[in-house]
Amino acid sequence: MSTLHARDVIINVPGRPDSYALNMDIEPGQTWGVLGPNGAGKTTLLHTLAGLLPPRSGQVMLNATSLTKLKRRDIARHLGLVFQERQDSFPATVIETALIGRHPWLSAWESEQGEDLDRAQHALAALDVDHLSDRLLNTLSGGERQRVAIATLMTQNPDVLLLDEPTNHLDLHHQVRVMNILRGQADAGKTVFMCLHDLNLAARWCSHVLLLYTNGDACWGPAESMLQPSALERLYNQKLATVEIDGAPVFVPVSS
Amino acid sequence: MTRSLLCLVVVSLAAVLLALALGSVTIPPRGLLDVIQGEGSALHRTLLWDLRLPRTLAAFATGGLLAVAGALMQVLLRNPLADPYVLGLSGGAAVGALLAMLTGLGTLLISGSAFAGAMLATVLVFGLAHGTGSWTPSRLVLTGVVVAAGWGAVITLMLAVTPSYKLPGMLYWLMGDVSYARTPWPPLIVLALSLVAILPLARNLNVLARGPMQAAALGVSVRPLEWTIYLLASLLTATAVTTAGSIGFVGLIVPHMLRLVLGNDQRIILPACALAGGTLLVLADTLARTVIAPEQLPVGVITALLGVPTFLYLLHRSR
Repeated sequence: MSTLHARDVIINVPGRPDSYALNMDIEPGQTWGVLGPNGAGKTTLLHTLAGLLPPRSGQVMLNATSLTKLKRRDIARHLGLVFQERQDSFPATVIETALIGRHPWLSAWESEQGEDLDRAQHALAALDVDHLSDRLLNTLSGGERQRVAIATLMTQNPDVLLLDEPTNHLDLHHQVRVMNILRGQADAGKTVFMCLHDLNLAARWCSHVLLLYTNGDACWGPAESMLQPSALERLYNQKLATVEIDGAPVFVPVSS
Repeated sequence: MTRSLLCLVVVSLAAVLLALALGSVTIPPRGLLDVIQGEGSALHRTLLWDLRLPRTLAAFATGGLLAVAGALMQVLLRNPLADPYVLGLSGGAAVGALLAMLTGLGTLLISGSAFAGAMLATVLVFGLAHGTGSWTPSRLVLTGVVVAAGWGAVITLMLAVTPSYKLPGMLYWLMGDVSYARTPWPPLIVLALSLVAILPLARNLNVLARGPMQAAALGVSVRPLEWTIYLLASLLTATAVTTAGSIGFVGLIVPHMLRLVLGNDQRIILPACALAGGTLLVLADTLARTVIAPEQLPVGVITALLGVPTFLYLLHRSR
């Protein structure tokens, strides 16, 4: 189990004055959703928390250690990230793609063993893409590729899961399936932190929410206290109607 | 997968034996066997040990070096069309070698000068592409292509001012010719050592092929790895060009064809490139020696004549 701490982190969004400093403790068992309009810095924040981009100031700590003091390989054993965009310059099959998740766990001369293959196949089955394992990635649909990317993260099996819009390209059923899987990971003691575009997914599945404003303002806390219609309307500059279904709020944009 | 590598080893050995047997004088299988056992005629012994074996081994090593260098550059730039030729490394080496020939320096200095030219070209391309920003693959390829065109112009200029009696040697060098190889050992040793050095990194390369950010997220220290590949690929290219002049298309088509058949696992692709690249150049050199024997063609012409249509066909067939 690992906790990710943001200590006075100001993310480096090019051309934007210093934003509000983030001080968050992202703890095991929690599912965080980051909401904000386009260009607010959600992806930049995610990359900063993964140690892939340096913050303008402050530091990110994995448990008690600053990310800058850890080797990439050690970070990768504790923290994994699903990117919003992926490069596939060379043809690769689905199973090969899932198996690269084992990379941080294998030494230079080791190759993937039966156990690694089991993990990969298990993850592909959980994401409902196991029937595609021998297909080339570039022959899949956007949603299928998204599910393969999440399966790669599950194969990596880190304590802290960072995801950049994990429900992109997914149909409704698979959105629910992915959110259930992620919530299940948190319930099993993992730490989940993801950028989302869908307020209603955040309202139903996230325990904590971070609102990121275009001007760099931010606020965070337990989901029910953050998902206030007035705050969300200001966040997206969009009028919302709210209804309640099964005890969870559902937000619908309305034209004003 | 190990089976395909074993297959390639057998094919390579067959190609080497074929190259030893064929030539202006054909040595029958019995004759080959006799010479290997230390018997046979004096002519056969001289042909085999002093002429054909060193040349064949040099061709094999050069082909292997070029193919492995191509495969490494393609992963580095995440562009299946990258190769030492396209990036202007061969051009730099050619300018170095021609300069040495023009000033009438000896063979050893020609080799040294070609090596220096290749390294200079690498530093130039990667330094310029780095610029003030980051090392984006598309910028690197563009810089390489433009610098290669620059080398081309310099080569033409040098040829234009060269006295005509020196031209044939220069042209043969430009077209790639294994008969320039004095000894097969330097390229063979460089090939073997670099394979030993790169194979433990092969899985890192697989991850790097998915992009630098993804690689970093999976625990790869991207910048040191990129520098390692880049320096190694440059060293391999410089060694190959120094051995046999500028030979095109081996670095491009060999990795490409192997990926079509074997997938893109560098743990398989890199040794397979060494074997298949070597085999291709041994066969091409055998053709070059025998097609219009006793006259010899530059081997670069054969690889280009085979490579261009093969590559266009593959490109046309893929998406």
